[in-house]
Amino acid sequence: MTAVAKLGPRAARRAAKLEATASRLEALTLPESGEWLRRARETALARLREIGLPDRRDEYWKFTDPATLVRTDAPAAALFEITDEAMVFDAIDRLRVVFVDGVFDPDASDELEAEGLEIVRLADAGGRDIHWAQELFGALEAEGQDPVTRPLAALNTAVATDGVLIRATARVARPVSLIYRRRDPSAELALHHVVKVEPGAELTLLENGPGAARVSTVTEMCIGDGGVLHHVRAQGRDHERRAITHLFARLGEQSVLKSFTLSANGALTRNESVVWLNGKGGSAHVAGAAMGDGAFHHDDTVFITHAAPDCESRQVFKKVLRHGAVGVFQGKILVHQAAQLTDGYQISQALLLDETSQFLAKPELEIYADDVKCSHGSTSGEIDADQLFYLRARGLPEETAKGLLVLAFLAEALDEIAREDLAEEIREKLRGWVSRHR
Amino acid sequence: MLEIKNLHVKLEEEDKAILKGVDLTVEAGKVHAIMGPNGSGKSTLAYVLSGRDGYEVTEGSIMLEGHDLLDMEPEERAAIGLFLAFQYPVEIPGVGNMTFMRTAVNALRKARGEEEMSSAEFLKAVRAKAKELKIDAEMLKRPVNVGFSGGEKKRNEILQMAMLEPKMCVLDETDSGLDVDAMRLVADGVNALRDAGRGFLVITHYQRLLDHIRPDVVHIMADGRIVKTGGPELALEVETNGYADILAETGAAA
Repeated sequence: MTAVAKLGPRAARRAAKLEATASRLEALTLPESGEWLRRARETALARLREIGLPDRRDEYWKFTDPATLVRTDAPAAALFEITDEAMVFDAIDRLRVVFVDGVFDPDASDELEAEGLEIVRLADAGGRDIHWAQELFGALEAEGQDPVTRPLAALNTAVATDGVLIRATARVARPVSLIYRRRDPSAELALHHVVKVEPGAELTLLENGPGAARVSTVTEMCIGDGGVLHHVRAQGRDHERRAITHLFARLGEQSVLKSFTLSANGALTRNESVVWLNGKGGSAHVAGAAMGDGAFHHDDTVFITHAAPDCESRQVFKKVLRHGAVGVFQGKILVHQAAQLTDGYQISQALLLDETSQFLAKPELEIYADDVKCSHGSTSGEIDADQLFYLRARGLPEETAKGLLVLAFLAEALDEIAREDLAEEIREKLRGWVSRHR
Repeated sequence: MLEIKNLHVKLEEEDKAILKGVDLTVEAGKVHAIMGPNGSGKSTLAYVLSGRDGYEVTEGSIMLEGHDLLDMEPEERAAIGLFLAFQYPVEIPGVGNMTFMRTAVNALRKARGEEEMSSAEFLKAVRAKAKELKIDAEMLKRPVNVGFSGGEKKRNEILQMAMLEPKMCVLDETDSGLDVDAMRLVADGVNALRDAGRGFLVITHYQRLLDHIRPDVVHIMADGRIVKTGGPELALEVETNGYADILAETGAAA
């Protein structure tokens, strides 16, 4: 202790943080695995020991308390009364990969093979030589630690027991659908996925379900030149579940990423997206609709780097909050000097349905190129009285009118879903939520 | 059909009387016009009729076919057949015009205990009405009033009126912001809806709309009261001489 006392305040804080991290990681044993995977996990663990686990005093954790994400045991979370059949995307023809309480369920899953696709379970991958996945696994996460650390992503790389490694080599129409079911109220889940879209290939990746009492997912995405990746995610309806998710996406020339996340309910959700536009003419859209009523804390943290010229990015995040729900948005656009002709757009908006709810936003632009177009906006407000009156004057009951205006508020985020059948599935869930929360 | 008796209204937030004893009866099948200078209380009357917040009725009553309007929510008033065509129709981004109108039509049908219309039935009906009113069907696909020109907004109001088939139509300054051609289209729409079972209250500052929608009765409103009532010739008198003479003659302040 005397040694710590001699340090300056920042160094002392760092020492204390690393000590806390070391003690939290002490009992940790890495999952059994083959050579390359074990090495990746050990490296991740070393990385985590170096950066330390997050606490409330970290700049990007001011609005969201990571304590329940960091602590050794996850708080239990009641199972929501919902049948698996009622889950989103049921109407969509898709290749299903099912996890129950974070464990792969081969009986509920489809055969992991399809034209133009390679799919390997992470649990089976360690002993095999899968070059395309080895190059990416933990590598994008490691790259994503700078300039802002993502310690819980490093933890995920170290401890995730399973996940899928997906490689698309052609335009694949049928989506790959990761389904996270729950059975045990206290089960925890850590899954790590790698998605590689080869040049000119196209893939739609779906994720849905509450997953576990505490969820950690990392998805590393690499999209080759001219490749397209659609990602649509719905995080279940369980009120008490906690989730920390990370997307790391690297885009090549003329490639496209469209990612949309629906979060209805959930005690704590932090969705981080880290995107690099590394090739000329790339396009990255990251969007989300979040609805919370009561004990709900939802955080979207986004970092988009324009490293190449003539790329476009959009961040569109909408939150509907009620009865003390809290929404957080931390979004950044970083434009490198080389990234001339950048077109960046960022909007984060909250619709506060009462005076007890709260929206905290931290929009950031950092621009080093001179010929760019970047706009950002952040607002929070209530339902527009003139719009509400107009609808009621046409005969819509007040609650119906409010529901319609809530859906209208969310519409811009939903517009980011390219496939209309997927958008309609999400819209249906939104309508359901709105009609239940009157 | 519509009976307004001794209506006194003040703004809720400040102690300012706007309507100071309005008496007015509109019979079924008739078109009544209310004219008056700015600030006379015409638009307040329209809003109070439709149930907008922000106004306090301190005295008097409004009955529509035996229903006490002042006891009812805006949507309940719509359900018994009241329709207000807004002076400034509200833009609602994110809500499709078609969805909006179908929801409104079905809300009214439901409130009246009628079967809801299917999407297909509604689509057919709204297309037919739009054609009658010379409204581009493209307008139905756009969000409610978003990016509409002044004329399109007003025609959209008339289309809603046609779809909702109200008994009592209140048109608040429907001519404002319209050129002559646009006004004629709107007036044609209104005239097409004139019917023995339907009453109209047309609020306007200028006489020109009344060239196209011929009123049965014209009221002049000033300082929160109806100060003069007459036939269509009263509108022409306003057109020729302005409000000053009438106001002087009736002893009302402008």
